[in-house]
Amino acid sequence: MAVFVDRHTRVLVQGATGHQGRYHVRALQEFGTRVVAGVTPGKGGGEVEGVPVYDTVEESLEQKPTASLCLVPAPSARDAVMEALDAGISTVAVVTDGMPVHDAMDCIHYARCQGARIIGPNGPGVASPGKAKVAIIPNRVFLPGDIGVVSRSGTLTYEIVNALTEQHLGQSTVVGLGGDPVVGTTYVETLEAFQSDGETRTVVLVGEIGGEAEEEAAAYIRRHLTKPVYAYIAGRSAPPHRRMGHAGALIAGGTGTAQSKIEALEAAGVTVARFPHQIADLVAADRTA
Amino acid sequence: MDLLEHQGKEILSRYGIETPRGTVVDTPESLPAVDIPLPWVLKAQVPAGGRMKAGGIRMAHSVKEARRATDEMLGSSLHGCRVDRVLVEEQVPVDWEWYLCLTIDRSLRMPRLLFSRRGGIEVEETGEMLQLPVNPLVGLQEHHLRRMEKPARPVARRLYRLFREMDCELAEINPLAVVDGRPLALDAKITVNHNALYRHPELPQHDPRLTPLEQEAQKMGLAFVQEEGEVGVIANGAGLTMATMDALQDYGARGLFLDLCGTDDARQVERALSLMHRAGPRVILLNLFGGITKCDTVARGVLSALEKGMDTPIVARIRGTNEEQARQMLADRVESHLSFQEAVHRTAALGRGS
Repeated sequence: MAVFVDRHTRVLVQGATGHQGRYHVRALQEFGTRVVAGVTPGKGGGEVEGVPVYDTVEESLEQKPTASLCLVPAPSARDAVMEALDAGISTVAVVTDGMPVHDAMDCIHYARCQGARIIGPNGPGVASPGKAKVAIIPNRVFLPGDIGVVSRSGTLTYEIVNALTEQHLGQSTVVGLGGDPVVGTTYVETLEAFQSDGETRTVVLVGEIGGEAEEEAAAYIRRHLTKPVYAYIAGRSAPPHRRMGHAGALIAGGTGTAQSKIEALEAAGVTVARFPHQIADLVAADRTA
Repeated sequence: MDLLEHQGKEILSRYGIETPRGTVVDTPESLPAVDIPLPWVLKAQVPAGGRMKAGGIRMAHSVKEARRATDEMLGSSLHGCRVDRVLVEEQVPVDWEWYLCLTIDRSLRMPRLLFSRRGGIEVEETGEMLQLPVNPLVGLQEHHLRRMEKPARPVARRLYRLFREMDCELAEINPLAVVDGRPLALDAKITVNHNALYRHPELPQHDPRLTPLEQEAQKMGLAFVQEEGEVGVIANGAGLTMATMDALQDYGARGLFLDLCGTDDARQVERALSLMHRAGPRVILLNLFGGITKCDTVARGVLSALEKGMDTPIVARIRGTNEEQARQMLADRVESHLSFQEAVHRTAALGRGS
């Protein structure tokens, strides 16, 4: 078992040709992922790193993909995601940054109708070390293990996962939800999956200012999660009404502050670290205790 | 992008939602030519709420009175925004006021329609708000509209269409007045999703509230937040940049925020450094975790910025893809630390001047 992806996951890369596409196809292969197809309209018939490239997702179905890593630029991302959903792909990780929010809402609700899951947009995707990666997270940070990591951030997640790995604390699955205000998979959905995942013993939650998703996660943790949770929240020093890099990282009308999130998580029994790297120290200390 | 009231009202009119007769002036000299019957309502055009309480909305019964008020408003500052334009509108006798708004519910990930029978300044406090999530795939339905007063229904239908077609994050009419049984939008607050601005080239593309350097950064595809601070933080990724700023604050220094936004182009790194240098911090903290952004690419950008005379001291903490190579390239030029906390601690000390 693992969360959202496993060793049976067959990955399609949308936007596989081009410099970034080629780079990530190779990285996925090196991770041990079964990359079965690429799709780039107009580039059908070619190949990338030995993987056949198709013009449409429908044509790529002969390779039986189950998940898509969507690297398509924002203006075409809605269409690419809809195409994957129409073809019956059940998990779509949307890395695309800058996707219009109404496009994201449409994709998320259409996925729901199709019984599919969208992860992102504007996130690094999902990876389960030793099994599969539908993500752009650098391979070197991972170590197979039993810690489930869920985060709204990209590089901050790499930092924290890397710090865990340096202390020999491996991960079951790492899920990057995305930094946009509207994303396809929430903390609560991921925590539900971690709770029922036999391979996950400990959960690490990385949050940031903006919205109330961390508060909702805290409410879920208090009521349902029986596994220990460690958290870090970025943006304690952020001024109100300023967007801090991510479209979703905005304190508005008094909601979305780091303070509110830290308090909600602590009240739910979560250990909240003051520095990102402290999470690994805290987990290690509790495990040796 | 927060549109000004008069820009919002132009869009409302385009969608068939009635607004009072009005015109925009940028100098009191234009007032005598205004072809609207007195009395007038004069409204400062700034992208901020609470204008009434701050003196940004005035009544005028004569052109002379209007001149005086407009003269005071133009060039003044309201909630930190300079008033460059004043909207002159007819004053309408209002029977009653409603509140109508479309927004995005981040938790439900759907548009949400808000309607209240009591509009006006204190609407958020009076409660009794009808709140209806709308599935974006099917849109506003009759059952939503049935729960609103009859004259408000066509306005809600048009506002929803506008909200979707104009890629809004917010489309608020407060108050939606009723005059002789007809709805009239007395105010308009419209926020267009920044990611969708490319689909609306007729709209302003840059927020005038950003500083000149912030605007420059936005055009280059960098995220820059220029606040008071001694340390220029340059990192890759919004979360990592914020985490670095937080740690700096714990060590008693304030930071300026610059996210490299996943670039792997040395020239972009050089531009980021030059921009930060011009913002004038005492020291720059470069905190990297290389992935898509490779560490050696950043190092090349740093070297070329130094060659071009960028002389703000740099403290670097470089981890991730090709880190050893990057550290070697910068060995004699830049102070380097392996630990996040050490780098922040050291930079904070330099920033404080100790």
